Amino acid sequence: MPPFFLKDNILTESKQIVHQHDLQKSLKRSQVRQKVNALLLISPLLLFILITFVFPIADMLFRSVENQIVSRTLPGTIEELSKWDDDSGLPSEQTYFLLAKDLKIAVENKTHTRLGSRLNYEMSGIASTFRKTGRSIKKWDIDQEINYKEKFLNIDKKWGNIEFWRLLKLYSPKVTSGYFLNAVDLIKTTEGISQRDETERIYLFLFQRTIYMSVLITLLCLLMGYPVAYLISSLPLKTANLLLIFVLLPFWTSLLVRTSAWKVLLQQEGVINDILVLVGLVGDLDRLQLINNQFGTIVAMTHILLPFMILPLYSVMKTIPESYVKAAKSLGANEWTSFRRVYFPQSIPGVGAGCILVFILSIGYYITPEIVGGTSGTFISNRIAYHISYSLNWGLGAALASILLVAVLILYYVYDKIIGIDNVKLG
Amino acid sequence: MRINIILLALVSMVLSVTVAKADMTIVSWGGAYTKSQTLAYHEPYTAKTGIKIINDDSAAEAVAKLRAMNEAGNVTWDVVDVVGSDAIRLCDEGLALEIDHDNQLAAAPDGTSASEDFGDLIVADCFVPQIVYSTTFGFRTDVDQWGGKEPDDICDVFDLNTFPGKRSLEKRPINNMEWALLCSGVAKADVYDVLETEEGQSMAFAKLDEIKDSVIWWSAGADTPQLLADGEVVMGSTYNGRLFSLIVEQNQPVKMMWDAQVYDLDGWIIPTGLSPERQQAALDYLYFATDTQRLADQAKYISYGPARASSAPLVGKHAELGIEMGPHMPTAPDNAKNIFVYNFTWWADYRDDLDAKWNAWLAK
Repeated sequence: MPPFFLKDNILTESKQIVHQHDLQKSLKRSQVRQKVNALLLISPLLLFILITFVFPIADMLFRSVENQIVSRTLPGTIEELSKWDDDSGLPSEQTYFLLAKDLKIAVENKTHTRLGSRLNYEMSGIASTFRKTGRSIKKWDIDQEINYKEKFLNIDKKWGNIEFWRLLKLYSPKVTSGYFLNAVDLIKTTEGISQRDETERIYLFLFQRTIYMSVLITLLCLLMGYPVAYLISSLPLKTANLLLIFVLLPFWTSLLVRTSAWKVLLQQEGVINDILVLVGLVGDLDRLQLINNQFGTIVAMTHILLPFMILPLYSVMKTIPESYVKAAKSLGANEWTSFRRVYFPQSIPGVGAGCILVFILSIGYYITPEIVGGTSGTFISNRIAYHISYSLNWGLGAALASILLVAVLILYYVYDKIIGIDNVKLG
Repeated sequence: MRINIILLALVSMVLSVTVAKADMTIVSWGGAYTKSQTLAYHEPYTAKTGIKIINDDSAAEAVAKLRAMNEAGNVTWDVVDVVGSDAIRLCDEGLALEIDHDNQLAAAPDGTSASEDFGDLIVADCFVPQIVYSTTFGFRTDVDQWGGKEPDDICDVFDLNTFPGKRSLEKRPINNMEWALLCSGVAKADVYDVLETEEGQSMAFAKLDEIKDSVIWWSAGADTPQLLADGEVVMGSTYNGRLFSLIVEQNQPVKMMWDAQVYDLDGWIIPTGLSPERQQAALDYLYFATDTQRLADQAKYISYGPARASSAPLVGKHAELGIEMGPHMPTAPDNAKNIFVYNFTWWADYRDDLDAKWNAWLAK
């Protein structure tokens, strides 16, 4: 090739490279711009999820182990206690002096009673010890006086109880496993972790019951929802829409109204018992107990959650071509075989979606069990609500909720392994 | 930039002015109770000062919500109606303002100081008592199986032979444990000492076991009146005001038992963390709403006893029905022959522990 061609060629090639480089750059730039735009578009949602979902859950997880209140309220005492050998009898006079100093400040900030109610979760009676002590300490002049041990013992004998001091030391770290242990019916004592007294064990039992009843409710929903969804999906559009409204109508009615309606129906002087007595199936004096127990919860929740099963099932069944079953039959399969081998496998994504939806909703349900569950039909969520709203033991409530969250995640994982989560269709 | 700052300042000024002038959010229990407060306190106060009052019915969860508001640093309530035990907890947690009863509340007409007028009912430094209510039993008067007998003793609740049928009891240990001990032969004065011991607790549970299968447990005050009206239970515990409206206003075949009724208190607290102006406004409201006449006025609309000793003689007739309210008060001599006084501080200490045992027992 003649040299000038070569030169020319090199020139154009390098020009091309420069050009290509520019092109790449601008492509990149526009891609970045696109990404930024996309990010901006989803940012409201992202922010919303962060604020209403991620932060609260993180906060809950944090609260279930957080225990800074002890070392924050009594910093000097806790430091002194770390040197104390709890087999050697009551702490030193110096500890009592530091306690007086810490409490004096705590009383000014009104945090001593808060610490009292925190420690009262572990040992009954501490709340009033702190309240009482606070009232006396207000009048003390800390630098002047001596013999603090005696003074504390005069206020309340608890200050001379070695178990109380051991407890204070045990719960002095900033992070505690106490709430989680409590949530699985264990207790952290000075002698290590042990099982709670039989009269106080409740949470493991409630977790079991919650999962058992949620599974039962899910299966009942599937059993009743599947034929309904099948019927609706195989009917002509006009009738199908009418039936869908019947499914949706209760869905649009207030949850409380539906639950209360079950009360009217199921109670002993209620409609169903009245009819049974009228027909003569049961005597007037031994009317059936249909509510305020497990049965009531299962009936009411199955009814309330049924639409969550029917709707995903319907939307999946709608997409299954009729011709497949017809083809199976024409190849010699009978009704049952064609359903089992051809129709049902195609409806699995709907079954999966419906079951997950119903199960996850029911495992966290609390208002219906509270109203119709009596004592045998309540869920773990009723205890969580109790600890959040009434007992104010937010640490324990958070630990229970965290365990529930982990349990759901494990079940989700198992589901993914067995059936596959990509095999779930909501529509 | 400067314009922005000026605008911001203007906006915040306008906002703060409207907030200061506007309204006061008062939290209470809703229903007939809030209505009685509106008629006796809120409306006269608005007429006098022009301050509008917004009712919020979330008193049942007040402690939890106040704690959450406090942590978030945004307290939106001005005055909150709580029961005595919750006032103790709010005071303990530093969530309620300490009140100097003698200097910040009205004295009685005869000059008796407020703290003397309220007496023992001031169960916490943050608490301004308002009413005395009681948890007591109502029973149906048309139960054939009872053969004309009527329960008149607290232990009749535990007697399934003479008084068969379902009972409704509150789904919490408070009151039930005390009644169970009283009917196990424990003297009234010893109840809390006994309940502090393991044996005492199992004694109470053993007594409750006798009727456990015949109990419907309630958690809302409206449950028992409903259950009694439907005939689902033959007797049940609830607040005396609820039974009053069931019996007197709705004419149901139900009677009050009153025996061993447990006195409890309800009153006001002011949340901590309010701005000085709002705090002052709340205190002004309390000064007005808890004077002798105002407390007596509330008893025109609901059958709860006013917390001031000086209000008792002023209690008159029901505003609509025109009947004397005196005999329907839990404090009326005929009703108060055998009362049980609930120990607030004891329950503040033992509530968490007994609640765990209670729920384990319920689930068994």
